[in-house]
Amino acid sequence: MPKIKIDNNEIEFKPGQTIIQAARDNGIDIPHFCWHPELSISGNCRICLVEVEKIPKLVIACSTIASEGMVVHTQSEKTIAARNAVMEFLLINHPLDCPICDEAGECKLQDYAYKYSVGESRFTEEKVHKQKHVDLGPRVMFDGERCISCSRCIRFCDEIAKSPQLTFVQRGDHVTITTYPGQQMDNPYSMNTIDICPVGALTSKDFRFNARVWDMSATKSVCPGCSRGCNTEVWVRDNKILRLTPRYNPQVNSYWMCDHGRLNTFRFVNAEDRIDSPQLRREGQLIKVGWDEAFAEAVSRIKSFAKDEVAFIGSAYATCEDNYILAKFARSVVGSSNIDFVRRADNNFGDDILKQNDITPNSLGAELVGVSPSKSGLGIEGIKKGIKEKRIKALYVIKEDFINVDPEIENMLSKLDLLIVHASNQSKTTSVADIIFPAATYAEKNGTFVNFEGTIQRIRPAVSTVDADRALDGFEMSRLDKFGTSFDRWARGTKHDAKATWKILTSLAGLLGHKMKFKMAEEVFEEMASIEAFKGLTYDDLGEHGVKIKTGNVEEKVNA
Amino acid sequence: MALKSIKRREKDLTFLEKLYIPEILKGLTLTFKNMIRPKFTFEYPEEKFIPPSSYRGRPVLVEDSNGEERCVACGLCSRVCPALAIEVQAGETEREKERYPEKFEINMLRCIFCGFCEEVCPEEAIIMSKDYELAFSNREDAIYGKDKLLVPISQIQDKIDFLRQYK
Ligand code: SF4
Ligand code: SF4
Ligand code: SF4
Ligand code: SF4
Repeated sequence: MPKIKIDNNEIEFKPGQTIIQAARDNGIDIPHFCWHPELSISGNCRICLVEVEKIPKLVIACSTIASEGMVVHTQSEKTIAARNAVMEFLLINHPLDCPICDEAGECKLQDYAYKYSVGESRFTEEKVHKQKHVDLGPRVMFDGERCISCSRCIRFCDEIAKSPQLTFVQRGDHVTITTYPGQQMDNPYSMNTIDICPVGALTSKDFRFNARVWDMSATKSVCPGCSRGCNTEVWVRDNKILRLTPRYNPQVNSYWMCDHGRLNTFRFVNAEDRIDSPQLRREGQLIKVGWDEAFAEAVSRIKSFAKDEVAFIGSAYATCEDNYILAKFARSVVGSSNIDFVRRADNNFGDDILKQNDITPNSLGAELVGVSPSKSGLGIEGIKKGIKEKRIKALYVIKEDFINVDPEIENMLSKLDLLIVHASNQSKTTSVADIIFPAATYAEKNGTFVNFEGTIQRIRPAVSTVDADRALDGFEMSRLDKFGTSFDRWARGTKHDAKATWKILTSLAGLLGHKMKFKMAEEVFEEMASIEAFKGLTYDDLGEHGVKIKTGNVEEKVNA
Repeated sequence: MALKSIKRREKDLTFLEKLYIPEILKGLTLTFKNMIRPKFTFEYPEEKFIPPSSYRGRPVLVEDSNGEERCVACGLCSRVCPALAIEVQAGETEREKERYPEKFEINMLRCIFCGFCEEVCPEEAIIMSKDYELAFSNREDAIYGKDKLLVPISQIQDKIDFLRQYK
């Protein structure tokens, strides 16, 4: 491979790469505002100016193609002077907004002002004023004064979201961003512009002023909004999720996520209608009871049925671990092979960017770990029919608002003698259940999801429950989490009394005389790794970006 | 042999000292002098101590002459506070500076009166006042909200003048 020299380091590059890309691949960071690895090159911010030997003027690293034998200086006197000049230029009309600006703490301009600017301005004239509260679309606000006209947002809409909605207007220092006449920036990926905007010009209407970035903890997770499984970070303060942001994964979602996933997949975790303790139906009313009482009741009632009278509904919203234990519970503890899960597709949801029609995160995983009827057992239609004909008398449902699938089921469920439900929030199904166990949400436990392409990825707990402690169980901690005591109001965030579904089932199995020795989701996964598709994998192997597994014909079956 | 082990004093009393009376008189002079000297104790709480402007009493929020707080809820005081005493929740307003503190709480049991919040504030909105009267009977009362923290600017003008001159 050809080589260039950057600051005395000889590095290899792929022909056609620009200097900035070659440097980045080798861990050298050349400052940049307008350049983005997934967007076209615009070359307007000029902060990436570098000195190249034998070229009389400085060149921009983002659009200069590397060529054999080039000698580049990123720390020379000339380069530093140029950078400082660019910073001074960018800051001339920039408002002193940092105290009221949401970007502070994760702002490129702020960071570079510390790193690359001398910190003095010679500009004493009046700054140019622009509009500060511009509604660009239903989810994004724009502040004209903070914009540094890098055009990243425009290029994102054109190239990634494939809906050109933004453009520059005016000239010189009056240049600003606007939507095309009669349009709004309302494409389903619009909020990614907030992440890539190097400054605080674009802010999220949902998150505006909610929290300072340095007060939150960020946990690496996966969006449960559809079977793409975009990698995310879950931002938590005082045990409450405040925002989700996409996390780079070249195989799954690149740098992006859709607005639906970003806004709608965390509210139920914070919601008021969380199921907060086990519940039993007594004389027609659901009453709150302790875990032991609920377990005892569930055990004695399950025992009263013949094994073929019990059916199990797994869930494509639950993790592989949850589904695996459910399948194991059904087959080897209860001895029933009536087990299946509900497939959910929304044909209006998918597109050819990220969104998938399968609006559950783990249908492939559920299938792979055995939540599907074997020859003698009943599938979902069989179970429905069985309930109608009173052959199925007890139903065990995890993480699924079963009634919502098909309103007809509501009448059917009343025919059951026993309905046990694991749920995180109240739903129509929980309202007719006989026993409810509060289940931890995806943001409260460890586990894995398999996306539609067969990439198995980790989710990690970000919100602590009564069952899982932030410090003891090794969650991400913000500085507030580290030092808060019970005497601080800010440390008293709500903790729900919920447990991971696999944990609840393991306890039940123990009471039914089948000990399952799992203490952590990781141990469940280790046992699961005996399944062909997960052969020999461990949580460590999955790392941050997951692993693509061989799904055999299951994939075709699920995606059909 | 026994005599040798008796230690002599480092300094024996002089004849005058041995007389004893002059020393008594010396002592009494000091006593009488202090009886007629101006006193510097206070009859607190009837009489209050007014500290100098450099004094760091409890932190307060400045309420501007238009009745609005100066604070923009940037959270810097909360970040810099080494004792994690300050909790700020920002909200959006129609005012020109679009951000304001929906909630601003200082836990006076945590506060160590270091004055870092005063120093870091970009809006001159939080000031170490001269108020040192902090008594509470339970932990909850020690958490001061905006109701207790907001103080009209007229009451702390001298502190602000001092800061402008010396900060
Ligand atoms: S965009 Fe960055 S530099 Fe500008 S006001 Fe916001 S935080 Fe400060
Ligand atoms: S709004 Fe942000 S992303 Fe768009 S041009 Fe301005 S600075 Fe760049
Ligand atoms: S595309 Fe799917 S996985 Fe990605 S953010 Fe949207 S809903 Fe979530
Ligand atoms: S530093 Fe000043 S402006 Fe910022 S939150 Fe504290 S008091 Fe308010």
